[in-house]
Amino acid sequence: MSASFVQFVLSGLTAGAIYALVALGFAIIYNASGVINFAQGEFVMIGGMATAAFIATGLPLAVSVVLAILVAVLVGVALEKLAVEPARNAPVVTLIIITIGASILIRGLAALVWDKKIHAVPAFSGETPIALGGATLLPQVLWVLGASAAAVVALWWFFNRTLAGKAMLAVSHNRLAARLMGISVGRVLLMSFALSAALGALAGVLIAPIAFTSWDAGVMLGLKGFAAAILGGMGNGAGAIVGGLVLGLLESLGAGYVSSAYKDVFAFVILLAALVFLPHGILGRRAAERV
Amino acid sequence: MAAAPLSASRKGFLALAAAIALLPLALPNAYTYEIAILVGLNAIACVGLNLLIGYAGQISLGHAGFFGLGAYGSALLASRYGLPPLAALAVAVGAVALLAWAIGRPILRLKGHALAMATLGFGIIVSVVIANEDQVTGGPDGMTVVPLSALGYTLAGEKAWYWVIGATLLAAVWLAHNLIESPRGRALRALHGSEVAAGALGIDAARHKLSAFVISAVFAALAGAMAAHYSGFITPSKASFVHSIELVTMVVFGGMASTLGAVVGAAVLTTLPQLLTVFKEYEMVLLGGVMMLTMIFMPQGLVPSLARLLAARRKP
Repeated sequence: MSASFVQFVLSGLTAGAIYALVALGFAIIYNASGVINFAQGEFVMIGGMATAAFIATGLPLAVSVVLAILVAVLVGVALEKLAVEPARNAPVVTLIIITIGASILIRGLAALVWDKKIHAVPAFSGETPIALGGATLLPQVLWVLGASAAAVVALWWFFNRTLAGKAMLAVSHNRLAARLMGISVGRVLLMSFALSAALGALAGVLIAPIAFTSWDAGVMLGLKGFAAAILGGMGNGAGAIVGGLVLGLLESLGAGYVSSAYKDVFAFVILLAALVFLPHGILGRRAAERV
Repeated sequence: MAAAPLSASRKGFLALAAAIALLPLALPNAYTYEIAILVGLNAIACVGLNLLIGYAGQISLGHAGFFGLGAYGSALLASRYGLPPLAALAVAVGAVALLAWAIGRPILRLKGHALAMATLGFGIIVSVVIANEDQVTGGPDGMTVVPLSALGYTLAGEKAWYWVIGATLLAAVWLAHNLIESPRGRALRALHGSEVAAGALGIDAARHKLSAFVISAVFAALAGAMAAHYSGFITPSKASFVHSIELVTMVVFGGMASTLGAVVGAAVLTTLPQLLTVFKEYEMVLLGGVMMLTMIFMPQGLVPSLARLLAARRKP
């Protein structure tokens, strides 16, 4: 195994972990409401930008990160309450346009409240690279991989071991039956937006020291997250993680060995091929359509 | 019941023709003409896209790819390979039709979000290739395009272009109306309702979806090619994901399954950002806000919702 291969795999896994977190956010909202939230990338942007802004006021890093995630959760809850809930019975395409409108609005607000400059967030534990089999590893990469893994474990625990998590699963399986069992569907919807926003913001905070952050940083990350969610099978939690990692790895290896200018093309060509041959995603099941 | 929508669409067509004929009276200078032309170009693409989204019920988040291919195809054939501009335009649009047919066959088997993703991926591939192949396309800096000319006459000036685009838009709307009221259009609407039920009635779902996809791609490519020759300069932004989203938003904003709605959506969402530049830094906030509020309070889109409101007002 050559050193460059290790390097490509490491950067692929880093990007893949971020895509996986964004994809999980898509999946959670999709399962609870059937909505594809095109403002998901903006949560990532808020995570990075708010952290940078709080640090600039002199707050310590850890406090800034927590506050930034809280800001994103508030925005997510507001989005559900003010925009998605009033249009609950609208056609799906209409809901997509509402979330696209929301993403433009949030981006505009970010440019107003903060600015249109590129911001840096300091790495969580220094910038000294760690040598690993000839490749170098930034300590922040360990933070990305570790925190993503921790988030996935926490999500698993939440959905399998807590009443609130089980209620969300129940709603995603059958909304009417869940309501008959006394589950408040409205509260589940609210919770799904809060949870997705927190995951998106976490991804934004983690990647900001490596990739910088700006008012429009959420657009491409949101798209890649959506691609990862579809690649893994929409609405499938494990699929979102696999989809994110596969997308990150393919992109990084393609950029490294084929052409870095065509990094995005590489990812999307494979995505198209995967969609044609596996229309329900890598881990998606549902082969039959109910009439 | 069957006669009512026919007369409504004919009324819409006449209203649009009157609007295009009378609008120059309200256009004081070249800048306003330019906005009207941009509205017309977007409207042509939206009328086609509406056949796919509003009637066949299939989403596409990649139509700016066809728009960009039409624009760059016609520009390259005319500017680099010396084809007469009209021939270049025709060849480029024809080639896009073939391409749409070739990629539509495999991806239209996908449904819902997978189809959205596949079309989005196609659009991004096209825009990245255009931006990267700077030897051919000029890359992110764009390239200059020769004006449209035929038989020694060169189309120049905002006023001349206004009438050409206006006539093309009317032709596009007329074609769309004819298609919608034909057996093929009824088949499309049946598909939108339920693909399985339509199949049980003997409608070849795959064939009809594919034809709607190809027609919408041709409209987008035509609009793209005309936009390139009109402005004399193109950049990859015309093929970008953002432009794809803009086109879909115009269709849904104006009202799906309403040809007039697609035109109104293109008019409002092309003009609005120009008006909002007055508000400078608040532009994006206002645009996003208007989009959200309209869709929340008029989920069927502007034109169908207003039409229903008027009909309700008329009845005592």
